[in-house]
Amino acid sequence: MTSGELEAIEIDLLLEAVFRRYGYDFRSYARASVVRRLRLLLEQSGIASVGELIPKLLHEPAFFQELLFAFSITVSGMFRDPEFFRSLRENVVPLLKTYPFIRVWVAGCACGEEAYSLAILLKEEGLAAHSTIYATDINDQALAVAKEGIYPLRQVREYTENYQKSGPHDSFSRYYHASHDHIVMNRELKKSITFANHNLVSDHVFAEMHLILCRNVMIYFDRELKDRVLRLLDSSLIRGGFLCLGTKESLRFSCGDGRHDEIDSKNRIYRKRVLEAGEGRTR
Amino acid sequence: MKKYRAVVAGCSAGGMQAVATLLAQLGTSFRLPLIIVQHLHREQGEYLFRFYSSSTHLKVQEASEREKILPGNVYVAPPDYHLLIEHDETFSLSVEEKVNFCRPSIDVLFESAADVYGPALAGVVLTGANSDGALGLKRIKDCGGLTLVQRPETAQFPEMPRSALLCVHADQVLTIEEIGRFLMTLKPEAAY
Repeated sequence: MTSGELEAIEIDLLLEAVFRRYGYDFRSYARASVVRRLRLLLEQSGIASVGELIPKLLHEPAFFQELLFAFSITVSGMFRDPEFFRSLRENVVPLLKTYPFIRVWVAGCACGEEAYSLAILLKEEGLAAHSTIYATDINDQALAVAKEGIYPLRQVREYTENYQKSGPHDSFSRYYHASHDHIVMNRELKKSITFANHNLVSDHVFAEMHLILCRNVMIYFDRELKDRVLRLLDSSLIRGGFLCLGTKESLRFSCGDGRHDEIDSKNRIYRKRVLEAGEGRTR
Repeated sequence: MKKYRAVVAGCSAGGMQAVATLLAQLGTSFRLPLIIVQHLHREQGEYLFRFYSSSTHLKVQEASEREKILPGNVYVAPPDYHLLIEHDETFSLSVEEKVNFCRPSIDVLFESAADVYGPALAGVVLTGANSDGALGLKRIKDCGGLTLVQRPETAQFPEMPRSALLCVHADQVLTIEEIGRFLMTLKPEAAY
């Protein structure tokens, strides 16, 4: 048996152990990324093999938190894919403005960069007072970072460049203050976002949303899990609501064609139809 | 004779010309998938595919998630995503943190490809001004794969091939044209 095959067994056992001990199910995650994350964790913790991680995980809940943090992909950046945010302003905001109040969900928000980007956008578009942003993740450690709204100063140049390309009405520096080697997002922005723990793999429908962003989250799921999560997102969306995925995510709505319109195919913005295909035909 | 299932290649600065030169050496009888990580600005995307397609008859495309990897196709990693290979020989993408200040990172592709293909993999490191790819190439070597490095003095930016050679005793150190001709001699596995 090769060392790779041996490691594959160890990983199967580890994922099973994590599921049965803590209820977090990573068995349906895309494997290559899981392997990478586990190897990084081994390196960081000075442990020789995946197998040796198992007893540590079973007996030390604090160590499990480390694994959870390693497994949640916590890098996204503010205004990642500026074109997407520009399209959101141009194609989605005008329709959101027709509602007296909107609920927005950033599903899989990790450390919150995407949620803050959206909060800035809604504020600039005059929707801040008429909206609530829910930002959820499975990882409490990441959520704690998100609530603090503190990011490394070295990222700011990239964030600012992205922001400037997103069709902004202001200047990015208005939304944070810098201190030492980090920036802190404005209190007002923080207050506009409700961060909460939610597990897309095992939890249920969140609420009736007008807009859902779930970008670069399902790229880590296998096909079956992705389909399941897509159905969950779809059930959480009002009719006429918008779903946004990562720009490289292949979307085939396996949960029923003819139920969604493509608003912007390049930027992966979809709208749930007000009437499903076939509905309203008989009068 | 040893048989192969895939070729992975990495380049950075100077990579566009290097890849075009490499592709020009690959005839339509090339029956392996060629998977490339190139450090790019995201704006370069569409022009790049037109440029590459003009150098080869092989099909050049951006790798997309869950896509089945097929022989005779050339895949380029999308900008700002790591590209990985799953055991069912499909692609997966990741927005994990940058590796060697790069996303996509050559090391990330090479390491996951080595896991999947083992000795049936050939890895190529071309021109570039950083050291991404060196550790990945070592992993390919450790898994029994074939390692090729562009001869540094013939590279537009020699640092990347040089770093790879410091890390790995490469099987072949060649010019790009020679690498292309060498790849043509690799025998694909029977399933291809």
